[in-house]
Amino acid sequence: GLFVWCLRNTGVRWIPCRFVRLYHEANDRLITFQYFNFLKRMYVTQCNKDLSQRAKPKSDSIVSPFHELQQLDQEKKVVHKISPVSPVHQLWSEMSSRNELREMKSAAETEDSVIPVRAESKEDRQWKEMKLRLDDLPGILARLSKIKLTALVVSTASAGFAMAPVPFELTCFLLASLGTGLASCAANSINQFFEVPFDSNMNRTKNRPLVRGQISPLLAVCFAASCGIPGIALLTLGVNPLTGALGAFNIFLYTCCYTPLKRMSIANTWVGAVVGAIPPIMGWTAATGSLDAGALLLGGILYSWQFPHFNALSWGLREDYSRGGYCMMSVTHPGLCRRVALRHCLALIGLSTVAPVLDITTWTFPVISLPINLYISYLGFRFYRDADRSSSRKLFFCSLWHLPMLLLVMFTCKKSVLEKEDKGDLPRGSHEMAMEIRLP
Amino acid sequence: PPAHSHSDWIGPPDRHSNLRPVIFYAPPEESALERRLREARQEAQASNQRFWARHNRAFRQEKEEFIYSRLKAKGLEMRDESGQKATLNAEEMADFYKDFLSKNYKKHLQYNRDWYKRNFRITFLMGQVALVRALRWLRRRKKNVEQ
Repeated sequence: GLFVWCLRNTGVRWIPCRFVRLYHEANDRLITFQYFNFLKRMYVTQCNKDLSQRAKPKSDSIVSPFHELQQLDQEKKVVHKISPVSPVHQLWSEMSSRNELREMKSAAETEDSVIPVRAESKEDRQWKEMKLRLDDLPGILARLSKIKLTALVVSTASAGFAMAPVPFELTCFLLASLGTGLASCAANSINQFFEVPFDSNMNRTKNRPLVRGQISPLLAVCFAASCGIPGIALLTLGVNPLTGALGAFNIFLYTCCYTPLKRMSIANTWVGAVVGAIPPIMGWTAATGSLDAGALLLGGILYSWQFPHFNALSWGLREDYSRGGYCMMSVTHPGLCRRVALRHCLALIGLSTVAPVLDITTWTFPVISLPINLYISYLGFRFYRDADRSSSRKLFFCSLWHLPMLLLVMFTCKKSVLEKEDKGDLPRGSHEMAMEIRLP
Repeated sequence: PPAHSHSDWIGPPDRHSNLRPVIFYAPPEESALERRLREARQEAQASNQRFWARHNRAFRQEKEEFIYSRLKAKGLEMRDESGQKATLNAEEMADFYKDFLSKNYKKHLQYNRDWYKRNFRITFLMGQVALVRALRWLRRRKKNVEQ
């Protein structure tokens, strides 16, 4: 959807007139922003329906694009009531059913309850044949690859591409986006492959395809391989080796570091933040072919953004995390959780100020972005001080619109390539200022 | 699941473990490899079921005990005047969650290791079975073409 929009609205020819080109590019961004808004609205409505959903970035990073997006399940919300018979346990003792009832009621009454009392739908209670139906396959694969999260990952990568101080090349942009999307699909599928029993036990994730047996683990792995290998190959050969290497590294980081680490130590949050920061860096390197300070700055902004987003989200999921055995700051080090969230909200202000210093944007950017950065920092402070459900939710929802808005403002304040040429900065000037890492 | 079915059937989530039980179909002409796969899956299912049922039950029990002890410390009863169950707010429960997580940390590490090993083994066996079946199908097709 996003790419079709871009194709329709981006001028392919090089238009010397700066104004017209900016107008076209702004249109491009506007569509992205609208897409963001659309996804955000879906995300928000989903959130209202089921409080326990959260977004995580790529590889289930902390938010879409960085943390897992809430499962955008099209299925209707099912309401479960206590079912009298479980297929495995034939005997249902009086004692246990009474306890079950009490526990369910207490869960419902608890202020922080994320397990509403639900009545089981007829469908859900039935036994299903484990046979793969081809017409179900696209939907299943979409959910396996967390397609909406992937879409947001690709959006941040394209933001990185758009911010790079080089003339816009459509083919490069499309190849980079496609490659990033495929890599993200692969990473998300492997993540779900690893986490089946844990996902079954958490409300947010129990409707995933592998949990429900709609697809076999073998097929999930094959799908991941058939996305990941072409994706990375596309990035390496079609864009440049640096982007390919970053993509492969990110898949590795997400599946082999972040996913196991989630159950071992709270360091997983920082690893996940890096996972989320890499896509915009990939977008930048796809455009310029080198790792400049600008790329790292963009990555840094996304890295910092992860923390208020994820920490606020995880505040409401503490029970599920505790029972599921996930080591998250919100459970084990709640004070640290809030401190880190606040710290990184403030870091966003700092990073926004550095952007014009590195010649990525004009000085209007820190000025215009100051209100939204201050607002999220204010909510971060409230979360830090109050440490309750309402402040965590406010911070979380703010983070959802804060990032697209920040990226949009950054794009509109981007220092034009032509402007730099006039000043005699390109290409040598920017390279002198930037760190350069080139792969052969 | 119907008796004549030739595929596996998956059921609704179990009350205690939240895992969905699978009834595996054993075809009469099952090969040794296929049997190994089926047994591995059955064993993994049983082990997961045991672990999570026990774990979730412990969680519920300890949560109840925690609520009870905290309410008692505050001098409240389990049920207030209207008969509603008294609850603790999220911040008070947070202590319990932290405690429970750290108590079960080692147990989870052990389970993770087992689960990853089992998962890889089952998937690898699935791959082998799929490969054998594909080769068999190709061979059969070649024979049909030759005839």
